[in-house]
Amino acid sequence: MRTRLLAPVRGARRAWRRSLQLRVVATTLAASGVVVLCLGVVLVHRITDGLVDAKRVSAVYEAETGQTYARQQLQALRGPQDAELQRTLYSVGGNLSDRAGRAAQFGVVLVPADRALPPVYSGHLVRSDVDIPADLTRRVADDNVFAYQYTQMAPDGGRTRATLVIGAPVVTTAGSFALYYLFPLDAEASTARLVQNTLLATGIVLVLLVAAVAALVTRQVVTPVRAAARTAERLSAGLLQERMRVVGEDDLARLATSFNQMAANLQRQIVQLEDLSRLQRRFTSDVSHELRTPLTTVRLAADVLYSARDEFDPHLRRAAELLQTEVDRFESLLTDLLEISRYDAGFAVLEAEAADLGELVRQSVDFIRPLAERAGSDLRVTLPDEAVVAEVDRRRVGRVLRNLLGNAVEHGEGRPIDVVLARDAHAVAITVRDRGVGFRAGESQIVFNRFWRADPSRARQTGGTGLGLSISLEDARLHGGWLQAWGEPGLGAQFRLTLPIDPTKRLTASPLPLVPADAGPPALAGVTGA
Amino acid sequence: MRTRVLVVDDDPALAEMLGIVLRSEGFTPSFVADGERALSAFRESRPDVVLLDLMLPGMSGIDVCRAIRAESAVPIVMLTARGDTGDVVHGLESGADDYVVKPFKPKELVARMRARLRRSEDEVAEQLTLGPAEAPVVIDVPGHTVTRDGRPIALTPLEFDLLVQLARKPRQVFTREVLLEQVWGYRHAADTRLVNVHVQRLRAKVERDPEHPEVVLTVRGVGYKAGTA
Repeated sequence: MRTRLLAPVRGARRAWRRSLQLRVVATTLAASGVVVLCLGVVLVHRITDGLVDAKRVSAVYEAETGQTYARQQLQALRGPQDAELQRTLYSVGGNLSDRAGRAAQFGVVLVPADRALPPVYSGHLVRSDVDIPADLTRRVADDNVFAYQYTQMAPDGGRTRATLVIGAPVVTTAGSFALYYLFPLDAEASTARLVQNTLLATGIVLVLLVAAVAALVTRQVVTPVRAAARTAERLSAGLLQERMRVVGEDDLARLATSFNQMAANLQRQIVQLEDLSRLQRRFTSDVSHELRTPLTTVRLAADVLYSARDEFDPHLRRAAELLQTEVDRFESLLTDLLEISRYDAGFAVLEAEAADLGELVRQSVDFIRPLAERAGSDLRVTLPDEAVVAEVDRRRVGRVLRNLLGNAVEHGEGRPIDVVLARDAHAVAITVRDRGVGFRAGESQIVFNRFWRADPSRARQTGGTGLGLSISLEDARLHGGWLQAWGEPGLGAQFRLTLPIDPTKRLTASPLPLVPADAGPPALAGVTGA
Repeated sequence: MRTRVLVVDDDPALAEMLGIVLRSEGFTPSFVADGERALSAFRESRPDVVLLDLMLPGMSGIDVCRAIRAESAVPIVMLTARGDTGDVVHGLESGADDYVVKPFKPKELVARMRARLRRSEDEVAEQLTLGPAEAPVVIDVPGHTVTRDGRPIALTPLEFDLLVQLARKPRQVFTREVLLEQVWGYRHAADTRLVNVHVQRLRAKVERDPEHPEVVLTVRGVGYKAGTA
């Protein structure tokens, strides 16, 4: 439920992050909205104040006129006991009310200070609803001050509305009176409302217009930027011919021009590199062919001489033997060098097919067994009961295994060598463990270096080229796999080859540990990843 | 009668050295140095086996291979400088039976040639049937012929050997290594692409639909077996 509610929020946030146009339009909308709102509020206030002021001025004038008239009329009486007082009050009230006209623009209330006399109201006023504010009453009736006040009232029984109440003291020989004028501000209120609504509508339209303009302007900028992004994506996808369209001479045109220049430079460099790589490839291939043909002749000749060596005298016989073994060595060195240069040129190709790795391990062990027997090492192989089938390049995996086994025999000091194969759902692993001199923790990286030798002073037993582990590492990488080494002086060395069962998947873990169980705390181990 | 070998190679030193080795092994070699003349030399000398360098001036080794295969089932062994590139697969697909990678040892080369020349000498009338019951493939072993619905299927000796090997033990799954040993005569593990390519060539000839084989079946991760009714 929560996530369903959050989904649109997340969508909006993503849109906000991703669209420059949306951000610009939203920001413009917000900023211009605030400005227009402030302006509108100020404007409405000024207009309303102006309207009300004009009304008050005319109202005050009306009230003063009324005050003068009332004073004259009442002054004419002979004191508060004049029999005409009551009648005069009514006639004054009536006359003043009549000035308001039929539209009843105002109402008049004449309140005698003498509470025995009843107040006089304009005809259209409803007495019970006329509620002169106490504050005003006090100032007019008690302090005899001309005063006015805005209040909310419904003196004629209609709806409550803004009303200007003006109070004028009328002090005469016939007594003190308070004359109140009630001006409903209907016209002013409706004018103010009209102004307000007009301003609101104008404001909204204005803000939307500004936002639309912003959208239009950003669109002009964003469109070429998006085009540039699309072009860049296509370029990086390998479509090196892709260019931007240059229109006009403005900044965006300059962007497009620079972009195109960059693309052209990139294209030139990539083509150059490709040419170089192709040249390197051709060279490797040519060297391969050109060297191998004479080497074949030498090889055949050496073999003919070697098989006839018994007929030679001892010097010539020894020479024939040396020729034979060194041609062998030369050949394997050439093979390894070409293999390495093939990897360097980046055109090693994985020929993966479903293969039983158990069978591959058995074959490699059989291949190396004669050497192991000569060295006195026992080869102990642990294979799972069922077949371990993975998509691998048999030739390369076989080569890695023969290499690891050859190394284990060479450095194993005649002690047992363990070969273990295991698998899990994603990967297969093969470990080869010897119990020879091993190597120091720091050396687990450099064992894979080209022409690295464990101990340069040691006599070589097998004719290794010094490239075997480098090639094996590349073979493992080509599979998307790992080749890792662990070693410890005196305890021996263990190499672990981990290959994904499906070469298109990434490896995350190996089914076998790199550090053997009998090798103490793993913290000491020298471990390297591939 | 001595076995005749046609050596197609443009390197004179290598050709001469091959001549020395082949003669000492009891072969009668003849030589041709470029691809253009290879076919006419082949027609003239009628060799029992052809040694063919893949890189030749004039016509490429692949084209020579295809041209010879178009008119003869003679065993062809390629000489190649590159054992791991597409060249080998190309050569095998264009009809070569086997290959040796330069530099090779004399014994290796001779073993490869002998393996291709070795003919089965069973004179016993033996007929094998495999494939789907409604359209079986019939092999007449001593007659060296394969037929389907009475129509003969032309197979090279190698393809024939491969098919017979599978057909003789129809329930057995043959790994590529076993086939390499028993059909090609390799004693050590060799390039299993040999098997893959030749199984494809064989299927192209004997299957009704090579995409859905019925005669030569793949057992994933293990190898191949014969399809029986």
